[in-house]
Amino acid sequence: MANVSDRPDAGIPPAEVPDLPLPHPHTWWGRYVFSQDAKYIAIQYSGTAIAIGLVGLVLSWLMRLQLGFPGIFDFITPEAYYQFITMHGMIMVIYLLTAIFLGGFGNYLIPLMVGARDMVFPFVNMLSYWIYLLAVLVLVASFFVPGGPTGAGWTLYPPQAILSGTPGGQGAGIILMLVSLILFIIGFTMGGLNYVVTVLQARTRGMTLMRMPLTVWGIFTATVMALLAFPALFVACVMMLFDRLLGTSFFMPALVELGETLSYGGGSPIVFQHLFWFFGHPEVYIVALPAFGIVSDLISVHARKNIFGYRMMVWAIVIIGALSFIVWAHHMYVSGMHPYFGFFFATTTLIIAVPTAIKVYNWVLTLWKGDIHLTLPMLFAIAFIVTFANGGLTGLFLGNVVVDVPLSDTMFVVAHFHMVMGVAPILVIFGAIYHWYPKMTGRMLNEAMGQIHFWVTFIGAYAIFFPMHYVGLVGVPRRYPEIDASFITTPVAGLNAFISVAALVVGAAQVLFLFNLLWSLRAGRAAGPNPWRACSLEWQTPDTPPVHGNWGKDLPVVYRWAYDYSVPGAPEDFIAQNDPGPRIEKDVPL
Amino acid sequence: MSIVLVFLLVVALIAGWWLSRQGLTSKPWLETGEIRTTAGVGAAPAAKIGLGVFLAVVGGLFALFGSAVTMRMDYADWYQLRLPSVVWINTAILVLSSAVLQIAVSAARRGESALLLASVAAGGLSTLAFLVGQLLAWRWLVDSGQSLAAHPGASFFYVITGLHGLHILGGLVALARTGGRLRRGNDPRRARLGVELCAIYWHFLLIVWLGMLALLLGWASDLVALCRELL
Ligand code: HEM
Ligand SMILES: [Cu+2]
Repeated sequence: MANVSDRPDAGIPPAEVPDLPLPHPHTWWGRYVFSQDAKYIAIQYSGTAIAIGLVGLVLSWLMRLQLGFPGIFDFITPEAYYQFITMHGMIMVIYLLTAIFLGGFGNYLIPLMVGARDMVFPFVNMLSYWIYLLAVLVLVASFFVPGGPTGAGWTLYPPQAILSGTPGGQGAGIILMLVSLILFIIGFTMGGLNYVVTVLQARTRGMTLMRMPLTVWGIFTATVMALLAFPALFVACVMMLFDRLLGTSFFMPALVELGETLSYGGGSPIVFQHLFWFFGHPEVYIVALPAFGIVSDLISVHARKNIFGYRMMVWAIVIIGALSFIVWAHHMYVSGMHPYFGFFFATTTLIIAVPTAIKVYNWVLTLWKGDIHLTLPMLFAIAFIVTFANGGLTGLFLGNVVVDVPLSDTMFVVAHFHMVMGVAPILVIFGAIYHWYPKMTGRMLNEAMGQIHFWVTFIGAYAIFFPMHYVGLVGVPRRYPEIDASFITTPVAGLNAFISVAALVVGAAQVLFLFNLLWSLRAGRAAGPNPWRACSLEWQTPDTPPVHGNWGKDLPVVYRWAYDYSVPGAPEDFIAQNDPGPRIEKDVPL
Repeated sequence: MSIVLVFLLVVALIAGWWLSRQGLTSKPWLETGEIRTTAGVGAAPAAKIGLGVFLAVVGGLFALFGSAVTMRMDYADWYQLRLPSVVWINTAILVLSSAVLQIAVSAARRGESALLLASVAAGGLSTLAFLVGQLLAWRWLVDSGQSLAAHPGASFFYVITGLHGLHILGGLVALARTGGRLRRGNDPRRARLGVELCAIYWHFLLIVWLGMLALLLGWASDLVALCRELL
């Protein structure tokens, strides 16, 4: 148990954590390119993730153009459409969201928030980024090989993924995809070791686990999950690569293709599905938990109120992380599994909804009677709660086998998962960037541009995905390249066109956001060290933006949790974590 | 997927045990002030904790291969892998190198630097011998008509031994660097830590190897069948 002393100013040396030996580069290359500073790596990670995310965005435009206005765009052949779907899904889930939450925010925030000078293994951390970049380049290369990228769907189900009927299946497309994923996982593991061990071993004096901001809790738990879940994808990719290149039959059953018997035989696509979803479901929470953590902090800071139910929030994060490893087969209800298994997985799926719902209630209760400042981060945070609750509700429907079977593979599913794991985390990323940009650059993002960006993105995302539920309910299937008027009724065709226009508008708003990022770098209002008057440690650095080593001569000492907002009797409406504060008489039950 | 679930259960128990000692029930909003407890997992160096986490990842990786093997076994075309006797020699060599590295650890503790250097070198050489032996086993397999795509058991053997070998190679790089540091002798504390970490890594890869071998030879499923019988 924590040992609490009544005299915060008792003469105790500032840090028991041994100071890390920091590498001090002397060349331009060492400082700006092969930097080992986590803050710099974070920016490299985020920049790369956003760049490849833009590719994913453009792909979604192309898909929407085809769906909304069938038959007009000749260059979008069915093959191209499948390639767009696949690359869009994979880029968004892995190369954008996972990379930016863990590699980007993880690198930037963990050392600052726990009061460390840097990650514990800076060299490995740097390698992690370069391998990630390599993975992205290999992925991009697949657009330029003969046959183009793979069109197997982001789930890459065999046997079709490596057969000639699927775009890229017999070309280099699928190979590059698998190699890129393998590289990504290796790179991520290097970074992930850093995030975990830094939280475990490099917290500054006084920073107990229960004093960490929820952002750190979310990123930490998500990293642990990712370290355990990504190997499943790794195994699946390696085995598929062998099937494709060396003729093994891990996943490939006996097949006749174009009248020709293939040399495969006896393999099981179901084994692949188990491996894939053993990774795939936790992946949803690998993206969601950092978002949960960040949103908790944004809400608390911008409502000037301590987070409601901090302990429960921590427990919920840990419980969600653990449970999400035993629900993977709810993605396989239609693969012919034993009904009792279906029942088991449906039950565990619904149980996860409980801690998740607790989190939503706690966010709302934090807002309740708060001094809500409708700043941009707060707007995005509220938008997240709404969107997430919305997507979570349709998830409850889909978690039931009887409901899932008819809805599976319709646009309803597409609408559902875009709400929970597409739009919701992206909203958090935006909120987080508006929130921490002042710390990273010393300048505020432009408010007017931000407001336009927020409203267009939020309302636009609903314009895209809300009608899509309906389109799915009337039975429009997912992953169909050609849905023209002979197939659907006119109102549905009209909706499809409307959705596509909305998608274009939302995409354009992101360009404004990127412009804002660059423009404010120079022209933004000077932010000062702590513009949001926040308690957590990253706002208390001696320099803004923080310099190499983060803290001056001594590491900060932590005296309280990260949520002391509007404390009665305090001189200001927040007390920083490293502020010993006035001596407050208290009788703490220990 | 039962193997990987059991593995995760073990990880979860360790994590849960650790978390239960972290004061997760404390009320941070009440407890203001200096805290005298040290942060971190005891006083262990970060590299050691890092290795522990890494081993959890590697363990998960091989547990997943184990699960894939057991799932694939249930299909009609599975038949028993035949292995050459050199595999047993290899296993013995790996046990030996693990033991030698343990000797190195105790030599480092007692400060016997001649023994330390000798045992690190012996550990490295015997591990190289293990890798060569594995290559011989591959040769034998190919010659006996069990090439990579011949049957799923053989395919798994190549993939798993290959990945295991790669992990061993990575370990050898670390061991070589530790050996160099020992020879130069300018950073004895770090070198000692390196020896200790290598030994842990070797023991771990030995256990992984034994587990994978048992699985591929069908002993593991025999064992499960036996347990079922008893229950
Ligand atoms: C402007 C935003 C976006 C639009 C307009 C959009 C649109 C689409 C469309 C039209 C599809 C294909 C539906 C089909 O025919 O099956 C799709 C698939 C998908 N999207 Fe998005 N998307 C957006 C953002 C995102 C984000 C942020 C994510 C991150 C999680 C994401 C993840 C996916 C996934 C995983 C698929 C499934 C791919 C597959 O079926 O293999 N999308 N999206
Ligand atoms: Cu799932």
